[in-house]
Amino acid sequence: MDHTLPGLAADSRAELVRAWSDPPTLKGWICTLDHKAIGRRFVVTALLFFFAGGVLGGLMRHQLSAPGKTLIGPDLYNQVFTMHGTAMMFLFAVPVMQGVALYLVPLMIGTRNTAFPRMSACSYWIYLIGGLTLFAGFASGTGADAGWFAYVPLAGPQYGLGKRSDFWNVLVNFTEAMGLMIAVDLATTTLKMRAPGMSLLRMPLFAWATLVSSIMIIFAMPTVMLGANLVQFDRMAGTHFFNPAEGGDVLLWQHMFWYFGHPEVYFIFVPALGMISAIIPTFARRPMFGHRAIVLSLISTGFLSFGLWVHHMYATNVPELGKSFFTAMSFMIAIPSAVQLFCWIATIAGGRLVPKSPMLFIVGFFATLMIGGLTGIMLGAVPLDLQVTDTYFVVAHLHYVLIGGALFPLFGAVYYWFPKVYGRMLDERLAQWHFWLLAIGFNLTFFPLHVLGLHGMPRRIYTYTADTGWGTLNFVSWVGAMIEDASMFVFVLNIVRALWKGRPAGSDPWGAPTLEWATSSPPAHYNFERIPVVASREPLWSPPAEGPRYVTGLSTRLREGLVTTVLDALPDVRYLYPRPSPWPIVAGFTVALWLIWSIFSNKGMLIGLIPPTIAFIAWYWPTPEETGAELEVEKRP
Amino acid sequence: MSDALAAAGPQAAWIARLWWISLWLCAGVFVGVMAALAWALWRSHRAAAARQAAPMRSSRALGMFVGGATLLSSALLVGLLEVSVLTDRALARLPQRDALAIRVTAHQWWWEMVYEDPRADHVFATANELVIPVGRAVVVTLEADDVIHSFWVPNLHGKKDLIPGRTTTIAFRADRPGRFTGRCAEFCGLQHAFMAYDVVALPPDRYAAWARHELAPPPEPQGADAMRGRELFLTGSCMLCHAVQGTSAQGRRGPDLTHFASRSHIGAGSTANMPQALSAWIEDPQKLKPGANMPSHFLPPADLAALVAYLETLT
Amino acid sequence: MRHAHRREATPAGTPAVQRGDALDVAGLPSYGFGTRSLMWWGTVAMCAIEGTAFGFMIVIYFYLRSLSQTWPAGGAAPDLSWGTVNLAIILASAIPNWFADRAAIDQNLPVVRLMLVLGTLFGLALCGVRAMEFTVLNVRWDDSAYGSVIWMLLGLHTFNLVTDVVDTMVLTAVTFKQPLEGKRFVDVAENCGYWVFIIVTWIPIYAVVYWAPRF
Repeated sequence: MDHTLPGLAADSRAELVRAWSDPPTLKGWICTLDHKAIGRRFVVTALLFFFAGGVLGGLMRHQLSAPGKTLIGPDLYNQVFTMHGTAMMFLFAVPVMQGVALYLVPLMIGTRNTAFPRMSACSYWIYLIGGLTLFAGFASGTGADAGWFAYVPLAGPQYGLGKRSDFWNVLVNFTEAMGLMIAVDLATTTLKMRAPGMSLLRMPLFAWATLVSSIMIIFAMPTVMLGANLVQFDRMAGTHFFNPAEGGDVLLWQHMFWYFGHPEVYFIFVPALGMISAIIPTFARRPMFGHRAIVLSLISTGFLSFGLWVHHMYATNVPELGKSFFTAMSFMIAIPSAVQLFCWIATIAGGRLVPKSPMLFIVGFFATLMIGGLTGIMLGAVPLDLQVTDTYFVVAHLHYVLIGGALFPLFGAVYYWFPKVYGRMLDERLAQWHFWLLAIGFNLTFFPLHVLGLHGMPRRIYTYTADTGWGTLNFVSWVGAMIEDASMFVFVLNIVRALWKGRPAGSDPWGAPTLEWATSSPPAHYNFERIPVVASREPLWSPPAEGPRYVTGLSTRLREGLVTTVLDALPDVRYLYPRPSPWPIVAGFTVALWLIWSIFSNKGMLIGLIPPTIAFIAWYWPTPEETGAELEVEKRP
Repeated sequence: MSDALAAAGPQAAWIARLWWISLWLCAGVFVGVMAALAWALWRSHRAAAARQAAPMRSSRALGMFVGGATLLSSALLVGLLEVSVLTDRALARLPQRDALAIRVTAHQWWWEMVYEDPRADHVFATANELVIPVGRAVVVTLEADDVIHSFWVPNLHGKKDLIPGRTTTIAFRADRPGRFTGRCAEFCGLQHAFMAYDVVALPPDRYAAWARHELAPPPEPQGADAMRGRELFLTGSCMLCHAVQGTSAQGRRGPDLTHFASRSHIGAGSTANMPQALSAWIEDPQKLKPGANMPSHFLPPADLAALVAYLETLT
Repeated sequence: MRHAHRREATPAGTPAVQRGDALDVAGLPSYGFGTRSLMWWGTVAMCAIEGTAFGFMIVIYFYLRSLSQTWPAGGAAPDLSWGTVNLAIILASAIPNWFADRAAIDQNLPVVRLMLVLGTLFGLALCGVRAMEFTVLNVRWDDSAYGSVIWMLLGLHTFNLVTDVVDTMVLTAVTFKQPLEGKRFVDVAENCGYWVFIIVTWIPIYAVVYWAPRF
């Protein structure tokens, strides 16, 4: 039953349950359109790819732990580091953030589902098959091997032999299609489906972060999709986009990739910022200080991130004056991030600390992300970058920002929201072990890499000789990696133990302010028995003192929801959500088939379009049940 | 040892200066922010312990903290930007009068160096080593034969990429004698790990002597073994890829071997240039450098020894 | 004709009714046009995605051109004939499209059906003309980077064109379905909006492919 709102009458509630549940069969599981089920699916799958990527990372640290270790030859090593980066960036970091948002956003904004649930459901299958296809290539000895950013000409037709880079290029299609589909769903949901009274400025910061990152995705992902397809055309159809001998340009790929690539790290970072903004007020027991400043910071971070990409290309011969511009932009983006950091510190300072595990990971975030951000500033300066780019200094930097800026907040988010998702509390003591092992292990693994970079160790080398003197620090790094592995083991142990016999959580174990904590843990399929009306930024801390508190008039027999206006969330239109359907998985499979076929055949690229076309038409075509339902509640505007 | 902070020339020195300034600045910011966080946590903890009422007080103080910290951060960033731009400008202003011109072409996985000169008979080629005079600017023209590579001698300067279809340059100067290591710094395929070159800075007179020596053909091989080795070299597959000035071997697909014996390493840093290593290298380069473009040559031991003997005479 | 439903609903639109603690939304319509419809936002997002791709392709054209000495590389510019016919037809197609949009907002089924059929015919004609355009480009996609770029530009637009023609045909069929829910009028209006996108993106692509090489 909801927090303080009156419950529905028993028969209405029974209708609501019937309308929103899925049959407990395999078909029900496949055809579900419940954003929570789909979000969980994404997070679990992303974590599996994370562990796979982690194993690959561990292999590299082991290989490099002493000079002259060549258990893994250069060919396999090149595939290992490519798969590590590709899996982490494309198959873990972005999908996990989107999956968490898919789960949380409708709950946080007080609605029953996302705007386009079939699209998100379909995107999961595309993601899953895409990731498995990439790993299938690796397992069968044709793994992508040109690095996670696949520069041409190395990944092009002349030097990228075999099918390896084809797998990579097509993977990009898979993951970017998925990313775009979810981004469109989440952006529309945050703009149009908020509970009445939740104006944009009352919308939780996590929802803002989701909105900003989704819009960024919409403008950045098409570029890399286009670019990867241009490379594919060079490889498969004889085009010359990147062939200097026929008027093409090698650097064109770098521009296209990094124009996407730089915003991409912000698709990962911005949602993490949103998670932190959700956690801190709860554990400081006060509303976020500088809420509006943080919103503006998120938006400006989103904008500015599109203006940095050339800082990945300082060592090329792009014009020097241009490079200085990008230095200025790279420095400038630090300012909105700094504003957020200071607002968070202010919130903590002005509050009453609750020292629980989510906050521990927030502190870890502060320390780690700061180091990464500061080395990022160093890398933004052209002269410094010229010495340390493409060395282990950059490897250190990127891991500090990704693990500090994304993984620590993600773990904090898991400790915070796991009780909501599964109804069980995670163990605080195991959380401490997890945290300290991670903090120590991570710093041992990656801090020495800064020094190695300054001492001349380039990236992406499968071994080195003893006279370089790189052995000691690499050994220390390997020890750190093993400690990190231990921390992951503790994390998994905590999860398994909690699922088995964790303390029941109740709907609001933390006394938090946002709407998701007004539902049961785990939430019912329909999220809220009654759609709440909101009158403040912290709905559970300041429920409406006067005026309406909840919505009535929506059908409980059909899956009916409410569409509100963008700025002030005034109730506008009633909306019938789609019912569970096999078309998302069918369409997903046909798209996947088309993409896989295109790896091997140009004809496949064309003919393979036919099944998805049929599937999408069938998806759209209204069934008699759908039409009947629409007509039953129809009211013309 | 290569070390970006052990500058042997003005370019690397400027960059190292920027490094130290940035490091101290960033370290200071890190300590400052973490101290602020620690203070905030402590204060928050105290408020919780004292069970104070929901503190909405001193919003102004908090606001001043956020505003002040942001302004300070912005000022520091602008300052660092200025230092970076000044460093950039200093790097671009290396006096290049009377510079030595070298053309470097990067191949998978070796470096071709051609010492240029307006007089055609003063042009010579070498591979996987860069010998330069102390105190004189060097302007290196950079081209790539196949994929993107990157030219990097940390003790002397930052990187410059060699990009197929584009010609770029990098200018630097060594201000003290020494041996340094240059490496390829852009992933270029199977043997990116072994694409190094020795950089040797010599005092001007010794450099001049070296250049004269390079211009001249190698000494005539002495002894039956070495002469047999030369015959094998010129009639076998070696001359298809390699060049030795003064002989009929004029292959351009692999490193120039004219003064090979004077180099420190084989296979672009794969191993030290010693007779036994050389023997192993010729017999099976794939063992030391799997994927290298040089095929294996399983020769009868006597032939192999003769070949090595010949190559050892190419001083 | 009323245009109010194109804008955000104002409180003066059908408001929810407060009944004590409850906000009763039973009187709200079950669909709305323009920004009131979720499909509008989805369609706009689609246009942003595809527009970004088109925009990039045009940038690539000029980028590669700035790096080369001869452009087009060793050949004539594309023949103006079929491309200009395309331009004429596509601009003309805005007319039935506009009428279809109005009729959809007015929920006038017979006119919607007629305009959708006309729109389909225009679309099919455009597909035919587009096929002919590819034959008079005077360069193959694998001749040069220039050839690759203009085939890609044309190809991207063609993909969108064909997709929308298929969408329009499906929608036309749906309008002949009985019974027909009012929500389908919103789908028709959104498709009309997307068709405008197809027209509007053709203009710069036409200019770049057919005219830019002549300057």
